[in-house]
Amino acid sequence: MEILLNGSPSGQLSLLIDPEHALAVAKFLRDAEHLRFDYCSNVTGIDWPGKEISVTVKTKKIVDGVEQEVEEIQKSQSAGCLEAVYHLYSMEKKHGPVILRMRTENRTDRVSLPSLTPIWRGAEFQEREIFDLYGVVFDGHPDLRRILMWDGFEDHPMRKDYVEPDDYEYEPTAHDEVLQKAKRHLNRAGWP
Amino acid sequence: MSAATLPAVHLTPKPSIDGSEGQLLEVSMGPQHPSTHGVFRMDVVLDGEQVVKLKPVFGYLHRNHEKIAEQETYLGSMPYTDRLDYFCSITNNWAYALAVEKLAGIQVPERAEYIRIITGELTRLQNHACLIGFLMQDMGASGTPLMYAFREREKILDLLEALTGSRMMCNYMRFGGCRVDFPTGWLQQAQKVVEAFPRFLDEYERLLAENEILMARTQGIGVLPKELAVNAGVTGPMLRACGVNYDIRKVDKYGIYDRFSFRVPLGEHGDVYDRYMIRLLEMRESVKILQEAIRDIPSGAIMDAKTKIRGFRPKAGEAYGRIEAPKGELGFYLISDGSPNPYRYRVRPPSLINLTVLEDMCLSHNVADVVVILGSVDIVLGEVDR
Repeated sequence: MEILLNGSPSGQLSLLIDPEHALAVAKFLRDAEHLRFDYCSNVTGIDWPGKEISVTVKTKKIVDGVEQEVEEIQKSQSAGCLEAVYHLYSMEKKHGPVILRMRTENRTDRVSLPSLTPIWRGAEFQEREIFDLYGVVFDGHPDLRRILMWDGFEDHPMRKDYVEPDDYEYEPTAHDEVLQKAKRHLNRAGWP
Repeated sequence: MSAATLPAVHLTPKPSIDGSEGQLLEVSMGPQHPSTHGVFRMDVVLDGEQVVKLKPVFGYLHRNHEKIAEQETYLGSMPYTDRLDYFCSITNNWAYALAVEKLAGIQVPERAEYIRIITGELTRLQNHACLIGFLMQDMGASGTPLMYAFREREKILDLLEALTGSRMMCNYMRFGGCRVDFPTGWLQQAQKVVEAFPRFLDEYERLLAENEILMARTQGIGVLPKELAVNAGVTGPMLRACGVNYDIRKVDKYGIYDRFSFRVPLGEHGDVYDRYMIRLLEMRESVKILQEAIRDIPSGAIMDAKTKIRGFRPKAGEAYGRIEAPKGELGFYLISDGSPNPYRYRVRPPSLINLTVLEDMCLSHNVADVVVILGSVDIVLGEVDR
């Protein structure tokens, strides 16, 4: 667990928690007598794409028979991550917010986080939204389906590297299926 | 399931308790049902007239407001916020302005705070009045109650039009204050409207509060238990109808709400009738706030002179600002990376979260009650789908 500082004047600090222990932490925050964070207000997904990290490293090399210190720039690619942020308040004690954050390991193949819906049902639709728009899979969510985009939609439009289609008309829509069905139907009836 | 794959009606055989073959009926209510204020659909499974399962389906109005705002400047997304909840554009403006002010540490002048309270509470009045009208309409009392509510709403819209230039999409708040000051004579006009408002409320209450049909259709219908409401993050009048004393105006004291004396009305049973009564009582409290604010408003600047509106670049960081919008907690979560447009812009819409408990409220009620229960939630689909 780590406390993340916030550079803005709002001064809202946040807790970066390990996804492994997220459920235990959440349960503690909700049930502890002096905390009682019974209300999960806002759940947000954030995309942090991978960056190229360049580090200057001093190495000793032999140049023209003389050992010299040479500066080399080593470049590496960070994997980036997807993040889920939970804003918690307490309706009983009337305090808050406590901000929880969880991060996935990378953006492509290890994109799952534990769902906190079993602790706060208020997260149900918002986690579905993050699943829909960012592609984070919430383990243990009772009803993880797309919520805002249609079922045939394949990409995750809120990711930073999402490329909009040139023409939305050529997206597969539900209407296409209806059209195909209607055509089959008409052919059978002996229509041209 | 998408709209195309789900047939409007189909029958599933179900063995019933007495051995005779019963049938479950799956009905798709919507998307353009008059009780859904926007495009919204419910997959309802019925046993006879009784609801045994209900799943809300939305996304028809989705424009990806959040993505658009991330490609806009901070000021550029202000007019988009009006279109979220198109009944209360002023409070949407306010929530966004509050979040940006938190993010950048902007102070708001005294007069602007009063203006925000006055316009915000006027918005609450007209939203609640309309909701009650719509609720009666959903119950089948077509015409009179809605028209009475709309008559009052017109008076408030006239005021807002004189102030902002538009009747519904009022693009009025700015970071650090408001766009323009009141025109001459506006406050006197507002005072007249506010003073006349309790008479409308009395009339409405006399007409409806003890109406037998209303009581039969709403009492004990759509009961929402307290614990569930809290756990599901329900806010606004719906939460207070369950008896939970949580009003962000009192808890956070944002703006200058700590200077006004008003009570937070609470319900007991958490049924549709309580939700209806809470709104009536809340309007009475709003009238009190308005009277005090109009009486006490100081003169002075309406914009913070130091705030840079054009080329506005807050320091890298994040902030979550929330207000008590007429429908519940409306929050904006912003992350800045120091550039002119937000890195992450998120709307926490009250209408969406309040729909979480729709199924729980509707189960084992009749299909005709679903319409009334949905009406009492007070949703606007522009805000649900964004």
